[in-house]
Amino acid sequence: MLQTKLKEKMITVLFWLSALIIVGILIAVIGYIFVKGLAHVNLDFILEAPKRAGKEGGISTTIIGTLYLTAVSLFIAVPLGVATAIYLEEYARQKSRFAFIVNLTAETLAGIPSIIYGLFGFVFFVIFMNMGWSIISGGLTLAIMILPTITRTSQEAILSVPGEYRENSLALGASKWQTISKIIIPAAVPGILTGVILSIGRAIGETAAIILTAGSSLGMPLSLADPARTMSVHLYILAMEGLSMERAFGTAVLIVVLVIIINYLANLSLRRLSHSR
Amino acid sequence: MTNRIKIKSKDINLFYRDFQALYNINMDVEENRVTALIGPSGCGKSTFLRILNRLNELIEGTRIDGQVFMDDYAIYDKEINVVDLRKKVGMVFQKPSVFPMSIYENVAYGPKIHGIKDRRRLDEIVEKSLKAANLWQEVSDRLNSSAARLSGGQQQRLVIARVLAVEPQVILMDEPASALDPISTSKLEDLIAELKNNYTIVIVTHNMQQAARVSDYTGFFLNGKLVEFNRTDELFVNPRDKRTEDYITGRFG
Repeated sequence: MLQTKLKEKMITVLFWLSALIIVGILIAVIGYIFVKGLAHVNLDFILEAPKRAGKEGGISTTIIGTLYLTAVSLFIAVPLGVATAIYLEEYARQKSRFAFIVNLTAETLAGIPSIIYGLFGFVFFVIFMNMGWSIISGGLTLAIMILPTITRTSQEAILSVPGEYRENSLALGASKWQTISKIIIPAAVPGILTGVILSIGRAIGETAAIILTAGSSLGMPLSLADPARTMSVHLYILAMEGLSMERAFGTAVLIVVLVIIINYLANLSLRRLSHSR
Repeated sequence: MTNRIKIKSKDINLFYRDFQALYNINMDVEENRVTALIGPSGCGKSTFLRILNRLNELIEGTRIDGQVFMDDYAIYDKEINVVDLRKKVGMVFQKPSVFPMSIYENVAYGPKIHGIKDRRRLDEIVEKSLKAANLWQEVSDRLNSSAARLSGGQQQRLVIARVLAVEPQVILMDEPASALDPISTSKLEDLIAELKNNYTIVIVTHNMQQAARVSDYTGFFLNGKLVEFNRTDELFVNPRDKRTEDYITGRFG
């Protein structure tokens, strides 16, 4: 009796410890980066273009490059992924061969390492399609990379919408498409957003595949055909080539801040969406 | 005193893959009456209800033989537009299912999808429907708040208001009180009594007292067959079939 109690207690402590370790890691990583990097972050660092390969100046062009590339990839992948999810959950017949293949494809694509996408993007978009190192090559490559995540999470989100909504809407004389566009998708938006947030994180953090497809130019990317360097790529090059560790840490701080801001905004819109119902 | 026949079911058979769920159902539903469908679970009463607005078609592997006439229109004809049929035949489900939007938007949903855009016209419809569903007084000051915050009984009346907003002629109810408390149930039954002045109502219920209280006609289903169909006062007092008698006296089911 006493032994069982002791055992229970020990197990509880064990789980509590694992949870504590997670928090500890987060604080250690973020703390270290902020301690090392925060001193180098100021307005000039954010607003100025890099000089002398990044040894001097700020990182403005890489911030723009990051946002530009992420936006382009989302612009392509979100509609495509959500549409695929709608097809699979609402239109495909149960046990349809095609739906089975699409599901299997999405699953397989999700497991492929990003460097493989990078290599494909390099060979196909950059060279074969003659798009060169550019925002569009990088955006398309990133889009392919995040497509499975968006499709999967959208599927889950659509699946979790209560079936009664469909029946009620159809029984009111709504068509299938009216039901999907006015009831199902709005109800699934919070879940879809989760996938989008995950994808943004992946896009911002990617390096190798971006160097292969968008290049690493420090110029300000204006058109879709311009090459670009993202913050993560910049950080990698600064550290790898020993250009400036201070600036690498400064960039790291801004990447973390950017991710936190995006998560916050997504959470905010999520809460607003669920409040309006 | 018999009313005009609103719905006429002729030799309806329903197969669910290899399983036959309904056998030769013939039934005349009178206009502006409440017709109750009773019977044990799985007897086919809900399936038959869904025959009347062609909702069974949503389930893969369903095959339907026979014909249903509504005002002499054969609703299983190829030319019939299901959307038009469902506008005329509203349905209230077992579990009150309000859409994740405001009270107002819930009621306006039907009229909107059927093309009404004018805000004032929509306001009128929403008010009229909520009043007809005996919900207006309780919600008129918070039409824009979330429908999910209403109580179960209020939600079910909201669902009825949403159905009324489409201006149907027939209302199907599939055990509408099974998720409600006794007070909400009694409010719902009062509402049904009022609604039958303007609508034809077919209600599935597992509660025989409820069938006896609200309906004019009752059909007793067993194993996919319509065993007996008669005026409610006749059927409960003087059942013709032994199986009906056994069921209503509580010997099984």
